[in-house]
Amino acid sequence: MTVPLRPPRRLIEITVDGEAVRVPEGDTILDACAAAGKDIPTLCYGDTLTPKNACRVCVVEVEGARTLAPACSRKAEAGMVVGTATERAKHSRKVVLELLASSVDLSTTPRAAEWIDEYGADPARFGPDAATVAQPAKVDNELYVRDYAKCILCYKCVDACGDQWQNSFAIAVSGRGFDATISTEFDAPLTDSACVYCGNCVEVCPTGALSFKTEFDMREAGTWNEDEQTQTTTICSYCGVGCNLTLHVQENQIVKVTSPHDNPVTHGNLCIKGRFGFQHVQNVGASTDG
Amino acid sequence: MKKRNRAEHYDRLTHPLVRENGELRRATWEEALDRAAAGFRRNVAAHGPDTFAMLSCARSTNEMNYVGQKFTRVVMGTNNVDSCNRTCHAPSVAGLSAAFGSGGGTSSYQEVEDADVIIMWGSAARNAHPIFFQHVLKGIRKGARMFAVDPRRTGTAEWADRWLGLNVGTDIPLAHAVAREIIHAGLHNTVFIERATEGFAEFAASVEPWTLSVAEQVTGVPAAAIRELAHTYAQADRAQLCWTLGITEHHNATDNVRALINLALLTGHVGRYGSGLSPLRGQNNVQGGGDMGAIPNRLPGFQDILDPEVRARFEAAWQTPIQPRYGRNLTEMLEGMAEGEVTTCYLIGENPVQSEADSLSCIKRLSMLDHLVVQDIFLTKTAQMADVVLPAGAAWCESDGTFTNSERRVQRVRKALVPPGEARDDIWILCELARRLGHDWQYESAEEVWNEVRGLSPAHAGMSYQRLADLQGIQWPCPSEDSLEPPFLHGRLWETDPAKRGRLAPFAVLEHSPPVDLLDEEYPLRLTTGRRLDSYNTGVQSSGFASPLRRGENIELSPEDAARLGVTAGEEVRISSRRGTVVAPVYIDPALRPGLVFMTMHFPDEVDTNALTIEATCPIAGTAEFKAAAVRIDRLVTAKAG
Repeated sequence: MTVPLRPPRRLIEITVDGEAVRVPEGDTILDACAAAGKDIPTLCYGDTLTPKNACRVCVVEVEGARTLAPACSRKAEAGMVVGTATERAKHSRKVVLELLASSVDLSTTPRAAEWIDEYGADPARFGPDAATVAQPAKVDNELYVRDYAKCILCYKCVDACGDQWQNSFAIAVSGRGFDATISTEFDAPLTDSACVYCGNCVEVCPTGALSFKTEFDMREAGTWNEDEQTQTTTICSYCGVGCNLTLHVQENQIVKVTSPHDNPVTHGNLCIKGRFGFQHVQNVGASTDG
Repeated sequence: MKKRNRAEHYDRLTHPLVRENGELRRATWEEALDRAAAGFRRNVAAHGPDTFAMLSCARSTNEMNYVGQKFTRVVMGTNNVDSCNRTCHAPSVAGLSAAFGSGGGTSSYQEVEDADVIIMWGSAARNAHPIFFQHVLKGIRKGARMFAVDPRRTGTAEWADRWLGLNVGTDIPLAHAVAREIIHAGLHNTVFIERATEGFAEFAASVEPWTLSVAEQVTGVPAAAIRELAHTYAQADRAQLCWTLGITEHHNATDNVRALINLALLTGHVGRYGSGLSPLRGQNNVQGGGDMGAIPNRLPGFQDILDPEVRARFEAAWQTPIQPRYGRNLTEMLEGMAEGEVTTCYLIGENPVQSEADSLSCIKRLSMLDHLVVQDIFLTKTAQMADVVLPAGAAWCESDGTFTNSERRVQRVRKALVPPGEARDDIWILCELARRLGHDWQYESAEEVWNEVRGLSPAHAGMSYQRLADLQGIQWPCPSEDSLEPPFLHGRLWETDPAKRGRLAPFAVLEHSPPVDLLDEEYPLRLTTGRRLDSYNTGVQSSGFASPLRRGENIELSPEDAARLGVTAGEEVRISSRRGTVVAPVYIDPALRPGLVFMTMHFPDEVDTNALTIEATCPIAGTAEFKAAAVRIDRLVTAKAG
């Protein structure tokens, strides 16, 4: 007996910045760029999610196309000629970064500062009165925090909570235009929502708008230090499914738990116990040391 | 609103304890190990090796379980080693190995995504195995039809095409009716039956009385729903049959498992990609513990202890004779304690005082031991009874090693934290004890233990640590470092050459046996037990974090029963069985049918649910009937008139 394999995919050739790249048919331009060693910025792209095309920071120029194409979702086609660093593409990324950074707190978005520098973006150019999404963080439970001042509305959390993974549908986009937000039903606290605290939204959040309460508190206290953290992948101890956990450890304390996105068991998803149920190993009473 | 977010949590054990004048006091490792070893030596010297029993930890690594069973067999000289496997999935192992010669689930998670029909039988996977259920959801999203068979309308049932809400303990009648319907509709796979099975005629005759209407009367499931399940399952190209403790925590659990296996044999839904039988394991390494031989009847690699060739190989490797008979399982160990035949016990990471059915009798039996050593990360209720308490590291994050999951995938466990205080790795502790008992064991690393396993277990031979890391785990069997086997088991059954096909899979002829704890006027309600999403077993682990979902123990009952009893949500009531009484607040759940009530076992320090459950055990696998007790509910105060 044999295992059915996926049908073989033929290779197609496209040109990226003047260089020929061969990728399997069905791959995206972003995949082709990765194969060609090009570093394209992405925010709303998620390696475990269907592209939403929300942020437009990954746009590239496709020869013959009227508009710029989002690299994360546009499929590579044979003979396609792609420019990743044309003036038009760079200018578009610059404006996207300016609009985002002027209205949203990107201080915990990995690489945002680097890209702003690289593309010469000037978020301050809209003046001090530019509209922002600034608002207090929502701290309504002990496990994770929603700091929507950092939200770029990429929808990844909604997709992870909804039909792409968790199927709990605790959050959705509410409102329109600049007033759109990610919200529970009737903006209720999480504790009165359909949330099951799997934290799969935290796993995919690209900006730190969603974060472990431990991380949020340590950042507030100024003790969060990623340079000192180790990341070790092990197996969850709560049931027999065998989920892979990556433990982020600082000073011998687990401060955050993620899961490898390419893992065949989890695909980056966990449940409340695997994601947040680690405290028991580090409950060490003061008296027992005596 | 009264909230019990955080039950009293346990603090880690940070140094050894020994009992002196009836009290546990702090001790050095030296003293604690000497005492532990001396007690074992004294008992074995007085009454022989079979007075010793080990409960090995289904939560710890394969490497620890291997060393633990080796300690039992080589250092102590007995086969009395078992694990809490017994309280959950031993019947799955017994049933699957009786049919196929191997106790593992036959499929992998990916196959669930690629199936056409998924049957979740007695499995609240949506809450108990949430990430497995994500694979089920992928399958459903791709068009698979899902049937949920469960007395409760669980989170799993909410995603089903059909929910078959059967009466507790009527799984065999339902399975028999499904089988009869398949046979009468001519949908059974005659080619597969003739080629790969035996005993079909007797089986077909045995299910003949179970017509749809008879089954409807006994199970409470409408005939049309049974018929639909039968036809859909039989006609599927790829069908998965998954079960959890709803099948196995019964007094006739192995029969329940065999009843489901019969359906797969009848339809040929086994041994092919996408079709299979999947017991979902409840503990992170309960599969691995058994695979490593931490069970009384198997040596590492699930090799039968009664096979002289197997024994000879291990005797040569271990330089010691192995008793040519099965040891005691957990249930028999507890009986042996009561009869004074088991006098010393080494419990590693187990909490039977709170996890066993009929908990009071378990305490009584443990207290009759001459010498009890408990090795754990917490001072559990069981550890509080010990003569010596040895503080261990938490395997999943403070040890190196491997776990084996429900799809037989062996995966690397890695040390991320330094254990607190003087807590030590399980294997270090075992080796120190072995040394004191005359066996100079030295393992430099978990990998060294693993390589010893690979040398003795053909199913694990090809799994080097490097390969396990590179491939994100490997499913057994993996006999060679150069290749990978298919992700499903028993493809041999489809071979045309009888020599390659091997042993035929026997149908089982089974009798329906209703729950032992009968309902009557005095105890009219059926209590079943289970897990909630955010909590785990006896709660020792899960009480450590502040889950917003946690609401403490409740007695959950249907709106109809609540109205009949005149109780309201939140009201504390007395729940009594023929064995014990507890008090818990009422939670009204419209997903329960009248007559069925539900409790968890997550908060034993608040409400000892297992004071109610019955220790009626499966004679083959020894698993107790946690899923079916007869209870009554009484109000604490007389209702005022008006």
